[in-house]
Amino acid sequence: MSDVFGAVFSVYFLAQLVRTAAPYVLAALGGTISERSGVVNIALEGKLLVGAFCCAVGAIESGSATVGALCGILGGMVVGWLYGLAVLRFGADQIVSGVAINLLALGLTRYLLKLFYGSTANSPPAPGFGDSVWRNVLLYVVIGLVLAFQFGFRRTRFGLRLRAVGEHPEACETLGLSVLRIRWMAVLIAGGVAGLGGAWLALDNHAFVANMSGGRGYIALAAVIMGSWRPKYVALACLLFASAEALQVVMQVAKVPVPREFVQSLPYILTMVAMAGLIGRSRAPASLGKPHERG
Amino acid sequence: MLVGLGRGGQQRCTADVCIGLVFDVGGLGDKSFNDAAHRGLLRAKEELGIGFRYVEPGDGSDRESALRQLALEGNQLVIGVGFIFSDDIRNLAEEFPDTKFACIDYSATPGAEVPSNLSGLRFREHEGSFLVGALAALKSESKSVGFVGGMDIPLIHKFEAGYEAGVKHVCPECEVLSTYAGTKPEAFSDPIAGKELSLAQYNRGADVIFHAAGKTGTGVFNAAKSKGKWAIGVDSDQFDDMPCCILTSMVKKVDIAVFETVRDLVQGTFEGGVREFGLAEQGVDYVFDDNNRDRIPSEIRARVEAIRQGVIDGTIKVPSK
Repeated sequence: MSDVFGAVFSVYFLAQLVRTAAPYVLAALGGTISERSGVVNIALEGKLLVGAFCCAVGAIESGSATVGALCGILGGMVVGWLYGLAVLRFGADQIVSGVAINLLALGLTRYLLKLFYGSTANSPPAPGFGDSVWRNVLLYVVIGLVLAFQFGFRRTRFGLRLRAVGEHPEACETLGLSVLRIRWMAVLIAGGVAGLGGAWLALDNHAFVANMSGGRGYIALAAVIMGSWRPKYVALACLLFASAEALQVVMQVAKVPVPREFVQSLPYILTMVAMAGLIGRSRAPASLGKPHERG
Repeated sequence: MLVGLGRGGQQRCTADVCIGLVFDVGGLGDKSFNDAAHRGLLRAKEELGIGFRYVEPGDGSDRESALRQLALEGNQLVIGVGFIFSDDIRNLAEEFPDTKFACIDYSATPGAEVPSNLSGLRFREHEGSFLVGALAALKSESKSVGFVGGMDIPLIHKFEAGYEAGVKHVCPECEVLSTYAGTKPEAFSDPIAGKELSLAQYNRGADVIFHAAGKTGTGVFNAAKSKGKWAIGVDSDQFDDMPCCILTSMVKKVDIAVFETVRDLVQGTFEGGVREFGLAEQGVDYVFDDNNRDRIPSEIRARVEAIRQGVIDGTIKVPSK
């Protein structure tokens, strides 16, 4: 057991924790802004995957990790736009559309991978931001985004409107706010931020691998609920899930018997506990998941 | 979901002997299993004059219908690439007694009889893993080596068991660190998890890691590169994936298994039942060529080759679990 303590209180562990948490935080911030505006975001998984793919292509073709990250953001926004088209423009069911987007992303990335690079498994190697997570510029972008979201939600006009639209769209409409416009912005920003989360995965791995998001979008969704739709708590929930995962790795290597099934289901168990109201109060935006009919 | 028939401009088979093949998830271009099976067929086409066509199923459960379609088309031999086909192919073999079937990594429900027109092709992965385990231990300076598995299932335990036994065979005091990426199929395509598992092992002192984790292995190679340590590839020669850091690869000769099955069919010596490919049959091996010759000193090479002979002779017993 002392091995585990030694390994946990080390720089390695901290770096591992940060690397694991960063994509969760990005995806979850995307989920938060979308859901605060009243649009469910089950499509996070698809945005991560498409973001990762676009990032890899951009980075490989340009030879620059920065270009790759920008391509990842763009790719995520395109998926966000597609999702917006389905649920905002045409008022389709948000859960069904989200699942459809996730399935589409899985098939499409694999198809394009084969088309571009003749492989169904992985892309050629892509550049990254180096091996040290502390010198990775994206880490500071992630921290900046958490602060910006936290501040923006509470202190800016857009944040106030966003929250109002999520709680009571009819009242906002009466006041002359365009509910759809605000939701469109939220969905596009969500796509971009989650796409950057995918870019993190691709750059960390120096390549795109088919289905590399591996369910991280769903864990991020759990973090959104666990953090009761408030950016700083959502980020903390991501850190909590990531530390459980990192601890599991350390314990496996130290040959401490832990049932992996339990650790992997931990995010979902904690989310259910949060939903049941055992840790504080977790309440969803009132209009979440309801399509808005212009009055 | 639709079955993607007739991709790549495949034409109707006009040869005397026609073979149908269904790929596993990933399909053609996976740089591993499926590509190896395809190589086996291409060689058979060239040397034996057979014709073949293949189907790449999607992620859904349309594998059975793809196999059935190929059997209905009148192919003499239908091959499924991957353990996932085992039960479907066994049922179809009973339904189409005049068609021959073969399945790579065959592992049907224990106790189920193998029909006489079905050849279940299996590999003794533990024997190949035993050799790379010995190699890893002889190469290690820290007396600590690692294993990263994909999904936590009996098939992967075979690799682990052989590897660990190989390490202990040449170095009883060496430590083997062993971790798995998960308990779901995604554990085979999660390079991020593979990297974290490997970094944790390298940080704990391991200096060689063998992976049996599919695409999760990409993460193992990335970790090897960033720490300047060794990694061992699996299934096919993975040297090109990370030329700096691949010591060798434990290869499964799926192409040889496919080719020999087709040859038996052509020569009329096809036999049903489970057929195993181990070191003796050259169905498993480790890579030693111009790429990694200077990474494996001759005394290590000689020692490992002696162990190979021992396993083939039966003087060394390799555990499979």
